[in-house]
Amino acid sequence: MSYPDQTQRTESGSNGPPVPSRVRIQSAAQGGVAQPAIGQRELGVEAVFEARDVSVYYGAKKALAGVSMRIPHSRITALIGPSGCGKTTFLRSLNRMNDSVSSFRLEGQILYHGNDMYAGNVDQVEVRRRIGMVFQKPNPFPKSIYDNVAWAPRNLGLRHGLDQRVEEALRGAALWDEVKDRLKDSALGLSGGQQQRLCIARAIAIEPDVLLLDEPASALDPIATASIEELMHSLKGRFTIVIVTHNMQQAARVAEQTAFFSVDTAAAVPSGTLVEFAPTEKIFSDPADPRTRDYVSGRFG
Amino acid sequence: MSGPSVNPAYIPAGEGRGARSSSRLKRIDRIGDVALYLICALAALLGVIVLVLVGYQVIHGAVPAISKFGLGFLVHTTWQPNFGVFGAGSLIFGTMVSSFVALAIGAPIAISIGLFLSLLAPKGVSGVISPLVELLAAIPSVILGFWGILILAPFVQKNVEPWLHDHLGFIPLFGPPQTTGSSVFTASLILTIMVIPIIASISRDLFLAVPRDIQDGASALGATRWEVVRGVVLPSTSSGIVAASLLGLGRALGEAIAVTQVIGAGSAINKSLFDTGDTLASRIANQFPGALTELHKASLFYLGVILLVIGLAANLLAQWIGRRFGPRTLAAK
Amino acid sequence: MSERAFDPSAPLTPSGNLRRRQIFSRVAESGATLAAVGAVAVLVIVIAAVVSHGLGALSIDFLTKGTPVGIAPAIVGSAAIVLVATAIAMPVGILTALFVTEFANKRVAAQIRLMLDLLNGLPSIIIGLFIFGLIVKPTQQQSALAASVALAIIELPMIARGSQEVLLLVPGSMREAADALGVSRWRTVLKVILPSALGGILTSTVLAVARAAGETAPLLLICSVFDSRHVSLHLTEAIPNIPVTIFELSEEGNPEGFTRAWGAGLVLISFILFASLGARALLARSKRRMAS
Repeated sequence: MSYPDQTQRTESGSNGPPVPSRVRIQSAAQGGVAQPAIGQRELGVEAVFEARDVSVYYGAKKALAGVSMRIPHSRITALIGPSGCGKTTFLRSLNRMNDSVSSFRLEGQILYHGNDMYAGNVDQVEVRRRIGMVFQKPNPFPKSIYDNVAWAPRNLGLRHGLDQRVEEALRGAALWDEVKDRLKDSALGLSGGQQQRLCIARAIAIEPDVLLLDEPASALDPIATASIEELMHSLKGRFTIVIVTHNMQQAARVAEQTAFFSVDTAAAVPSGTLVEFAPTEKIFSDPADPRTRDYVSGRFG
Repeated sequence: MSGPSVNPAYIPAGEGRGARSSSRLKRIDRIGDVALYLICALAALLGVIVLVLVGYQVIHGAVPAISKFGLGFLVHTTWQPNFGVFGAGSLIFGTMVSSFVALAIGAPIAISIGLFLSLLAPKGVSGVISPLVELLAAIPSVILGFWGILILAPFVQKNVEPWLHDHLGFIPLFGPPQTTGSSVFTASLILTIMVIPIIASISRDLFLAVPRDIQDGASALGATRWEVVRGVVLPSTSSGIVAASLLGLGRALGEAIAVTQVIGAGSAINKSLFDTGDTLASRIANQFPGALTELHKASLFYLGVILLVIGLAANLLAQWIGRRFGPRTLAAK
Repeated sequence: MSERAFDPSAPLTPSGNLRRRQIFSRVAESGATLAAVGAVAVLVIVIAAVVSHGLGALSIDFLTKGTPVGIAPAIVGSAAIVLVATAIAMPVGILTALFVTEFANKRVAAQIRLMLDLLNGLPSIIIGLFIFGLIVKPTQQQSALAASVALAIIELPMIARGSQEVLLLVPGSMREAADALGVSRWRTVLKVILPSALGGILTSTVLAVARAAGETAPLLLICSVFDSRHVSLHLTEAIPNIPVTIFELSEEGNPEGFTRAWGAGLVLISFILFASLGARALLARSKRRMAS
């Protein structure tokens, strides 16, 4: 069964008013090939990631089916959806963190600034240097606060002005004032919210191009969550941010674009898939797909 | 971990059963419970008694030598059974040198093997190689020593020692090779072989227990595999590795048979590793069967006392570090 | 921090110092692999040497007759000594383990565990000295029984610790259910707990036997006979045994003796390999049973 064709045709390129891009989705079981959104510009900015009909398999299990989307530069893109719909899988495919799972297999293409991320000559470590990740559960190293932030820059040979770099990273993560007097203390003594901000500081200390955030506030209390969200706004513009979240309100608050993933129950093999991808306010106020509407209005998930 | 409820004493059974159960059955049960508790406690006590007795017997056997030589025994190096002069100095030195060399060579190799088995090798490969490494520990020391005499020592003497002497001979450690290949160096190599499986299997378990999430966190920061190991895996297991190495050290210190087969039973303190030497355990094994005088035997017992003290210290230190700095107990495999 | 240190749209090949770091990492990985291969290589080399030299000595006569042809008395002697040692160590070990898991409170259990670890770490030559002082000196003679006691001390911690580990795997709910039903402690232990732990207990016993069979140092001091023509089971005297036989032959410097030593070594290693593999199979089977 194929889904209704969501694509809206617009003028390609040129000076037309910016139009929201949508992606045409077809069930992978149909053998459909998703096509990239018509219109090279998306809100006037180029795409950092371009996923072309990406499917992910863990062994025989298909976790993600036929995802195509373009993630814009210097914006916050949220990936929302119920559990098990593949959004975290998709996120982790964006910095090749799924490679550590031995049964992982990816079909289709993910382009990063036009380069195929899964090509043979790609160095995973280089990928992760450019595309950073903050995990769901804070995972600070059992080292001092300073050393946590300074560790990756040291590896990269960025030893010059390290103190400065650490301070700027901690300021960028809105943590500096709280820890500036105890940089030598163990990071494990920080609260959950502080540890997560430390992980963000750690990630931005090496000035990546992209920041991937996997439900960064889900393990935190509401106050810590609020501080993380505030952080998002200040980081936007410096980095391209892709954030997976269970919390729709959070997506509504921070993201410009939102992608709604869901489980494709109608396909021959149930798997996660991208249902709709649009500017956030459109997703929440006037979604095109009924499944999106159901989820967003709280009917399920 | 599922465990029994904490019971400092037996719980008499059948209390709540009611009047219908025969009192004879109840009595048997109660006697049975008491009896079981007693024999179990006795068995445990037996182990403690044996441990204490070992210390006592070894010290008791050494008394004639202790009263004759006192603590000077530890530093004097003359060992002349025919003249009744005994001193442990060169043996303590030999024990330290051979164990230290074995650990210096063996610990890094064993840690590398632990890293390989836990982080590098696919599960299938690790499942095959882990038991093989542990099998290395199962080879009896007398066979390893015999192999050492006939195969390793000549090989080392013909190929390894000359090369080391030629290239590093300016260091007094690497003097001219002896004629037979029986040397402190060969003994150290045998000890290395013995020490590696112990440290490797404990290290492997330690590395497997490092949480995935901080390793992922390190990888996600654009670190190479080695950098993840150096920055996260090794630091968080460092105390465990030290404790494992101490257990390996204990093994090396106490090895008598293989060492005595290849070390050449030298009596002097030699600077070169390629000279003969001897260790505490090896001297006991070498001379005890043929010791004629009581003083000779007592002196060998005295060597045993020193060995016991050093060995227990290493073991206790390993246990303490293991308990203090990590949840894992370091009961050696 | 506005200038990026790299060009995001450059190809995803190593930039900056990554090439150097990757080379270093790969070298380190190779080193670790080499170390593992090396360890296996040493194992293979040693066993291959024993097999290749020992096969030449093996024959039916070698296994069934005494010196100068064979080592039958040593084989029988070792078997007897180890059997008696296991007969002593096994009950004491199991009972000690039961004490730790069923009866002792946390503090006492920790101390018993420490005692077992210390016992396990004792150099075997020290145990030899101990038994010499305890039994050989007062009785003025070496004996197989004394050797069995020494080997029992060596086997005890291994059996106790292995049994303890597997006894702890028996769910506490089983014990509580038995208590609630009014079944007495000793019946629970005998009929329920021990049988379910049997696989692990046997495994650790087999491993302990494999270790004790190869121990030479204590035997050298307290049961040192190696040249004998006939099998002897007079356990109150010193009887021939394999480890001392190999040791003495290795020290003699006589090439014919070397051949016999290789043969004896092959017999010993075969037994140990067989026992180790058997223990591993036992462990796998009992783990499977536990899980079901």
